[in-house]
Amino acid sequence: MASYDLQIPISEETIRSLHVGDQVRLYGTVVTARDAAHKYMKDTFFKGAAIPPAEQAIYDELARLWKGGVMYHCGPVVAKDDEGRWKFVSAGPTTSTREEPYEYEVIQRFGLRAVIGKGGMGPKTLAACQDYGAVYLHAVGGAATLIASYVKEVLGVYKKDELGVPEAFWVVRVEGFPAVVTMDSHGVSLHEKLYEESRARLAALM
Amino acid sequence: MENLAPHFIELIRRASTDLPADIEAALHQARAGEDEGSAAQTAFDSILENVRLSRAHSTPICQDTGTPIFYVYYPTGWSTLALKKQIREAVEKATQMSYLRPNSVDTLTGKNPGNNLGDDFPYFHFEEWEEPYLKVDLMLKGGGCENVGAQYSMPDSRLEAGRDLEGVRRAVLDAVHQAQGMGCAPAVIGVAVGGDRGSSYIKSKEQFYRPLDDVNADPRLAELEQRLAREANTLGIGPMGFGGKTTVLSVKIDSLERLPASYFVTASYMCWADRRRSLIYRDGVATIE
Ligand code: SF4
Repeated sequence: MASYDLQIPISEETIRSLHVGDQVRLYGTVVTARDAAHKYMKDTFFKGAAIPPAEQAIYDELARLWKGGVMYHCGPVVAKDDEGRWKFVSAGPTTSTREEPYEYEVIQRFGLRAVIGKGGMGPKTLAACQDYGAVYLHAVGGAATLIASYVKEVLGVYKKDELGVPEAFWVVRVEGFPAVVTMDSHGVSLHEKLYEESRARLAALM
Repeated sequence: MENLAPHFIELIRRASTDLPADIEAALHQARAGEDEGSAAQTAFDSILENVRLSRAHSTPICQDTGTPIFYVYYPTGWSTLALKKQIREAVEKATQMSYLRPNSVDTLTGKNPGNNLGDDFPYFHFEEWEEPYLKVDLMLKGGGCENVGAQYSMPDSRLEAGRDLEGVRRAVLDAVHQAQGMGCAPAVIGVAVGGDRGSSYIKSKEQFYRPLDDVNADPRLAELEQRLAREANTLGIGPMGFGGKTTVLSVKIDSLERLPASYFVTASYMCWADRRRSLIYRDGVATIE
């Protein structure tokens, strides 16, 4: 197990050097996306033959930010400061498995290098990590004030009015955001491993 | 009736930002039990630092401020209508003040009104009592941990679990295993045995109002609570599912009457961010515990 500071965008080579159990700190631009955002992306970007013209600008922006970039499964508590700028008040991870049906395609299409969340994801996402060179990073669930302190700036927000504050795409600059690699690009998932180990211990109690 | 909304706002602020002492003490103890330098211990360090910062900055411990669940105990003669109105007003204000995230979503349209109000949001339970004062218990029940709650209709052949306390034990251990770290372990597990599907879930959540050191009045249940906590912690799931020695902080159980045909075991899961506070309003003076 090792510790790394990662500058976003992240290269495939760097991602391939990471293994389950490694601790990382992230620096750069991260974009949040959770349930409604994933459904929106599927319905708007991936389903039809072409992206509706009105949605093209946001697609282009996400494509730019996520090439080698990082997605964060998070629905923050936000506030406006005295000058009317958004800031993150409380911003821990949300449960990631709900995005399992979508994430393979999102990683493939956008070229994401890391997905931050909590609780881990399933075999399809693990396969995407292997196929395209990405990792799943686990943040500490509930440690929301602490994590917000690593979010230095809100750079923008998309779809806030349609999807609501928790579900919007928030573009933020982070410094030193801490997380643990729990799914790597070599097909290893800490979540799978612990599920099996704890199942054996459960059997012993039954 | 005078306007108690400012006291209700304060109740919400405290619940959201100031973790109760018994929970924090249990987290400290859990940290001490984990291996030095392990991912589990690092997770507890982050959790405890977060608890400290949230209290100091008066910001939500977790961004998911959950479903606000209000249990209101009122003396004879009080208007529940007026109390409800004032609490709803306080919820809206507390949302504007960022103590609560706008969390209530219209299920059919997906629209979020942004104020945490809806026909059935927040959740209320009113009970007239014989005391001469008002008590309002508030818990903030997060969604991630709510999603991993489970209900079993006994007997359950997969678990080889029957309609007895041994069956209850098996069901609860299975629920903890299925949850893994997804509900932000370590958890308090609230268990109800009996009732119908609905009342059983409600009773299981009412267990979260009990202080952690509360000993069950029924010696059979007291023993099972202890045993389940011990056994669940041998599963090795650990905080966040990183692996480790603390998977649950406590297990609380209660039973309720059932029909001859039914025997439900319901396990509700409360994440480590176990946010609950009580407001006592007596002789014009408000205190928050
Ligand atoms: S389960 Fe609890 S600690 Fe975890 S994200 Fe939800 S509310 Fe927060």
